[in-house]
Amino acid sequence: MSRQLFTFNGGVHPEGHKAESNATPIRPMPLLPRYVVPLRQHIGAPARPLVQAGDAVLGGQMIGAPEGYVSTAAHAPTSGRVVAVAPHAVPHPSGLFDLCVVIEADGEDRSIDFQPLDWRKLDPSALRNRIREMGLAGLGGAVFPSYIKLNPSGQTLHTLILNGAECEPWITCDDRLMRERAAEIVLGIEVMAHTLGVKTILIGIEDNKPEALAAMGAAAPSGMEVVAVPTGYPGGGGKQLTYTLTGVETPTGGRSTDAGIQVFNVGTAYSLYRAVYLGEPLLSRVVTVTGHVANPGNFEARIGTPMTDLLAAAGGALDGADGEIVGGPMMGFDLMDQAAPVTKSVNCLIVKDPVRFPPRPTTLPCIRCGACARACPADLQPFEMYWFSRAKDFGKAQSYNLFDCIECGCCAYVCPSHIPLVDFFRFAKSEIWEREQEKHGADQARQRHEFKEFRLEREKREKAEKFARAAEKNKEAAATTTTDATADPDAEKKKAILQAALDRAKKAKEAVTPRNTDNLPPRVEKEIAEIEARRAQAEAKTESGEG
Amino acid sequence: MNGSPFALLANNSVTAVMFKVMAALIPGIIAHAWFFGPGIWVSLLLCTVFAIGVEALILLMRGLPLKPFLSDGSVLVTAWLLALSLPTLAPWWLYAVGIIFAVLVAKQFYGGLGQNLFNPAMVGYAALIISFPVYMTQWPAPVGLADHSPTLLEAFDLVFAGQGSISPDAFTSATVLDTWKTQVKLGKPVEDILAQPMFGWGGGKGQEFVALMYLLGGLLMLSSRLITWHVPVAFLAGLAITAGGLHLLEPARHAGVLFHLLSGGAMLGAFFIATDPVTAASTPLGKLIYAGLAGFLTAIIRGFGGYPDGVAFAVLIANVCVPFIDAYTQPRVFGHRKAGK
Amino acid sequence: MISAILVMAGIGLALGAILGWASVRYRVEDDPLVEKIDAILPQTQCGQCGFPGCKPYAEAIAKGEADINKCPPGGADGVKRLAELLGVEAKPLGEGLEPKPKAIAVIDENTCIGCTLCVQACPVDAIIGAAKQMHTIIADQCTGCELCLPPCPVDCISMEVVKEDVANWKWRYPVHMMKREA
Repeated sequence: MSRQLFTFNGGVHPEGHKAESNATPIRPMPLLPRYVVPLRQHIGAPARPLVQAGDAVLGGQMIGAPEGYVSTAAHAPTSGRVVAVAPHAVPHPSGLFDLCVVIEADGEDRSIDFQPLDWRKLDPSALRNRIREMGLAGLGGAVFPSYIKLNPSGQTLHTLILNGAECEPWITCDDRLMRERAAEIVLGIEVMAHTLGVKTILIGIEDNKPEALAAMGAAAPSGMEVVAVPTGYPGGGGKQLTYTLTGVETPTGGRSTDAGIQVFNVGTAYSLYRAVYLGEPLLSRVVTVTGHVANPGNFEARIGTPMTDLLAAAGGALDGADGEIVGGPMMGFDLMDQAAPVTKSVNCLIVKDPVRFPPRPTTLPCIRCGACARACPADLQPFEMYWFSRAKDFGKAQSYNLFDCIECGCCAYVCPSHIPLVDFFRFAKSEIWEREQEKHGADQARQRHEFKEFRLEREKREKAEKFARAAEKNKEAAATTTTDATADPDAEKKKAILQAALDRAKKAKEAVTPRNTDNLPPRVEKEIAEIEARRAQAEAKTESGEG
Repeated sequence: MNGSPFALLANNSVTAVMFKVMAALIPGIIAHAWFFGPGIWVSLLLCTVFAIGVEALILLMRGLPLKPFLSDGSVLVTAWLLALSLPTLAPWWLYAVGIIFAVLVAKQFYGGLGQNLFNPAMVGYAALIISFPVYMTQWPAPVGLADHSPTLLEAFDLVFAGQGSISPDAFTSATVLDTWKTQVKLGKPVEDILAQPMFGWGGGKGQEFVALMYLLGGLLMLSSRLITWHVPVAFLAGLAITAGGLHLLEPARHAGVLFHLLSGGAMLGAFFIATDPVTAASTPLGKLIYAGLAGFLTAIIRGFGGYPDGVAFAVLIANVCVPFIDAYTQPRVFGHRKAGK
Repeated sequence: MISAILVMAGIGLALGAILGWASVRYRVEDDPLVEKIDAILPQTQCGQCGFPGCKPYAEAIAKGEADINKCPPGGADGVKRLAELLGVEAKPLGEGLEPKPKAIAVIDENTCIGCTLCVQACPVDAIIGAAKQMHTIIADQCTGCELCLPPCPVDCISMEVVKEDVANWKWRYPVHMMKREA
């Protein structure tokens, strides 16, 4: 059964370095004394903490609730006590701290009761809600909340692609997972296919993983097609794999679902299996620890495992270690603080050494050789984007389709001048985002200011009108008393009609003019409600204090 | 702080690229020395020394570090291309002036490596042919056709001491392109012109073989992916189609395709000069347009212009058009709608 | 001679006609200048420029009555964009006008007496609360203009600098180019 494959332009072939870590089975980790669970592990709004310092928690208990639509839950990895809900080091390129729940394990590792789901009977929307509460997010790296991706939301999907390509060098966690737990992955895929209502299921695996291909091929029932795709970076990028398997280009600014295709990582399928069949939230994931360590391999690490413990499990860094990379060498980032924990997005930890990861040589000027353009899988012209990003001419950079860049790093990999191209693109992108936000904020401020001025003006006018009317009345009252005899009954009637019309107009105006607290986004509305609640509380306190 | 990627392609640097280009020139240089005498070694050496000197001086004056910029090798490529475009055995100052125009004016005045609009070697060549046309048309005759072929020592003597000791008539002649042009103008029949020994079998005795060696070097660069096929193919096609068309229209005035491809700077231009990434168009379609234009202009200048060879001016004119060509030939980006849909 | 003059005059007339037609045919309907200037201003409505708001300042710039370097929240970048728009030289911010890090006002809810003075002062209605109720600032809508600080009789409003966190963190400009030798 051979399928026509499509070849995307560009791409590179860096050394694989898979053998270092893919020879041994996935190893479990011992129960640790301390776990750090960040509340922002996924794309979207961070989870809202449900626990406070001092609370006792059980394994699998929800400690962070999803907040808003694009969000998902966080769970306690084991039983113990919450010692802090505070900023803590997290795996992020900035090295900044973020809100985390720090849990001290009690060593008993008790869990809540896990309730398996009867997914065939369950209403798809209820199933998605359960998955949201179980904190599932894409484990391939983008950590997009899975329940959203499992919602066809009006679109007709025909194809489900499982991404087992694992094209980044050094990383082997999906490889090992597919070799060892193919049957469970397949069960997870069935749930996905059922929820999405797709007809075609393709499992794309790079042909440098013959064992995983064999294992998945053996486990896959008819109707699931395991496809060997050519090895090459970034062949496992969502857009690239979709193109390779179907010839469909994900439209710019859109998602593959626009073309009826949904893509999941195989690791996500496995965690879906655990969620549905075992009723277990996303509590752990497989992480590759490799590079300059004593005992490289793959580890089943609970979410929240500090990197120090993960490194220790791999025998620790060897002499001459020179920092760590979170993720792969092409798209990962430097680990700033070893206290940072494993999150849902951490698929690999590479310990660097100066031989295999030498410092970047001196950067020379761009010679426009075009190597980057030939390597770019998005068919961009990176050297042009670099030129404008460097000059901070962001409008021009955008006109060269900066936002189609997937930051795969192929351009910087092949650049003979050793220019950190992707750094420039990330810089330009975040500057543009900030400017757009500022612009949006300024527009809102302008509207609100203009409305306030309009309101003040109206209030002034109304006041003046009221005064004028009052004056009129006084005068009329005076007039009626004197000219009562000659009073025209018609005039009185006319005046009444006029007054009624004025009142009507005023009422209508009041009805259409919003108050300054109308039309707020729901988040702000909620904020206001919370503030009111706080106020009520404070008032009650002062009252009780007084009374 | 540096972000990803942390992996870099091994043995990849500007220096490596430039040295590979120079290696690809070597077959042509050896052929040149074989057919036209050892003078080429002198001009290569002189241009190299001058170029490094000028580059180092400017880098010092600009306060830039010497090591990375001198070792990038780009100035050596410029020096070699200029040396290969100039007649050998010319006085030393001719090379010096050429290098000053190439390295100082065309390259460093524009900001150095990667910033120049025009091909430095071709700017040097153009400045010289405008300023010193007489020296630029006195090429050593192929070995065997000249009364006397200078030895290496004599070559040094000629270059530095002037041409007092040996009469230039003894070893120089006009190039075949030049000869063709003047003799056609005088009304000499084409058969008689081509029957002269200096015309060889294709593009001039000796020169045709040198051109083939440049072709070989170019193919080596193609196979090692230093260059893409677009520029050389479009350049040679532009030249061949235009020259062929002219030849069909007026065979008594315009030479044939093979003669155009194998004479003058056609092969050197197609593979080594027009392909200079800094000054060439960068998109695939843009490269075709740019190089096709250069090839077309080469044929036009050769056929109708006042100068015997047109490669330098053609490349420079094409260089001017590059920003425009690039702007209008941006390839379709992945995920963007196909044109016309 | 006459014919030459006629030809030249004819060419001149023809070109003039084409230009005249083109200027009518391709006339660009522009936003009024004030709107364009106002679009660049940061809309903090803080009045540091000496005008009662961004729009009045924009109007003053358009009339040529105010300099372009009077807006500290817009910073050097804002001055540059104004200069580009108006076709003048950019210049540093005016005397005594320093850009401050972005901050938002925070009301100490325990001290607030609910006098509504700040509510009236806020140019963008970002403070909510009625008389004798504590007031609160909607952080998202606060422009950091500080206009609410002076009217507060109990000094319960303070400015808090917006801290960099994981969500608003930006990639820095890469430091990579060769340094000039000292």
